[in-house]
Amino acid sequence: MKLITFSGPPSSGKTSVILQSIDALEVPVTEIGVVKFDCLTSFDQGRYQSKGVKVVTGFSGKLCPDHFFVSNIEAAVEWGVKSGFKILITESAGLCNRCSPYIQGILSVCVIDNLAGVNTPRKIGPMLKMADIVVVTRGDVVSQAEREVFAFNIRQVNTGARIIFVNGITGQGALLLAKNLWHAKEVDGLHEQRLRFTTPAAVCSYCTGEMRIGSEYQLGTMKKMEFKTD
Amino acid sequence: MSRRNFLEIAVSQPLSQIRAEFPVCEDFFLNLRIENIDWSLTLLNALDKVDKEVINEFGLDREMIFREFVAFLDAFGHVSATAAEIKSLTVIGGHDKSGNAEIDSFCVAVGEIICIVGPTGAGKSRLLGDIECLADGDTPTGRRILIDGEMVSDQRRFDMEGKLVAQLSQNMNFVMDLTVEEFLRMHAGSRFIDDAEDSIKRCFECANQLTGEKFMMDTRVTQLSGGQSRALMIADTACMSSSPIVLIDEIENAGIDRRQAIRLLARKEKIVFVSTHDPLLALSGDRRIVIKNGGVVSVIETSESEKRCLDEIEKLDTTLFRLRSCLRNGGIIDMDMLKG
Repeated sequence: MKLITFSGPPSSGKTSVILQSIDALEVPVTEIGVVKFDCLTSFDQGRYQSKGVKVVTGFSGKLCPDHFFVSNIEAAVEWGVKSGFKILITESAGLCNRCSPYIQGILSVCVIDNLAGVNTPRKIGPMLKMADIVVVTRGDVVSQAEREVFAFNIRQVNTGARIIFVNGITGQGALLLAKNLWHAKEVDGLHEQRLRFTTPAAVCSYCTGEMRIGSEYQLGTMKKMEFKTD
Repeated sequence: MSRRNFLEIAVSQPLSQIRAEFPVCEDFFLNLRIENIDWSLTLLNALDKVDKEVINEFGLDREMIFREFVAFLDAFGHVSATAAEIKSLTVIGGHDKSGNAEIDSFCVAVGEIICIVGPTGAGKSRLLGDIECLADGDTPTGRRILIDGEMVSDQRRFDMEGKLVAQLSQNMNFVMDLTVEEFLRMHAGSRFIDDAEDSIKRCFECANQLTGEKFMMDTRVTQLSGGQSRALMIADTACMSSSPIVLIDEIENAGIDRRQAIRLLARKEKIVFVSTHDPLLALSGDRRIVIKNGGVVSVIETSESEKRCLDEIEKLDTTLFRLRSCLRNGGIIDMDMLKG
């Protein structure tokens, strides 16, 4: 089974891009599975189902979405193998711009929105930096110049990635993406595999439910800002 | 310049010297939130003085930053040389929506203007899409696109990464809140254009020639009218973009000098495809492709007699323009105004 991980900021068009690529892949939809890692709610399950794609959605709730991802991905792959899929796609939203649910050796795709502003690629961090393929959506509504500058800024943070413009509505560009996806490595499990980047560190009193403000309530891993006055 | 050279440069030269040659390398450090690097040192020495915590947050160490810096120089040290140069583009016909074969093939050379005509939904955008992705019998139309008469390998397709085709359509907007000058400077910067100031000025003048209503260098791009935006996009594509193929989807209502606009693009050694219903544009092209039911049914060369009609069409167009201006200014339309 081929495993592909998709990530990207919320509402960047991940689901549309994945659906368009599924159309462009020459694989029966019944042999493709999707695992969607989300935080609180998700409205995309139906979009996959109406296409006949099997989908499982998991909600991280109060947990860090990255930690949630890494503690469930192995079982997700097992589910995919057992279901007899040819391709398993995982979709997860990067919330702190640091999330990078990428695994070494596993094809990773980051989806970002051209409307988010030209400097966005320089702010996203590991999720963009460590991706193999960067898909840019909504390029059809901005000027050619902004598309070019956007791609240039992606290139600045990730010199090696392939940049593909995909129109999530018409599917323009999805064919090229699908061809790239087809090169994803075959896996039969993920045990002992490694993440590409550490997940956000967070073992502090607030992780365990503390709500009060004040240094006496702060235990564990903390980071303090420096405020200087003249 | 080879990668090896950049490795040597990064090892031996002080950062200030590298910056002098490649000003873009300042961005590399900003992207890693390293703001106060000591430019007088070589990279590795300078990194010793940088807060380890910041570097760690990016999941990097000193050696990784060094490797990435070399890769960065490698990617941006010779960008201008990578512009795709092509001489011609050939479309090998596929089939229409009912599976019937379309026209065998047609070839377009640099400097040509090709119009695409056909009813809404006939497949004009599909043809533009096939060209954009350099279809290889793998799109619903089964078309294949050759460059300079040759098949394009998957590798080359990927390498071109959208550098081949620039697109313009009615739906495109400026979303950045910048002045015209800042906007053009930013675009020039990303292209490493040598004579940036010159290009910016030329581009600005071009855009103003194309539009009826003039704008200034310090006008914000988001405040330009539809026509002004379109004019700036066209001038920018002609003067700054290196893509040899330009696809234009419906620009007729933009309130700009459309004939001059597409001529400007063709003059810049580009292949220009214009999807249009506008007689003025359609007859300004060298040829036009007729699409029906998803397939190309014919390629019509613009004849001399058609070209002679252009002057009359232009007069009609001017008349309509005059009527529009009159309405806009609160005027009253009368029969005399139709006579020109």
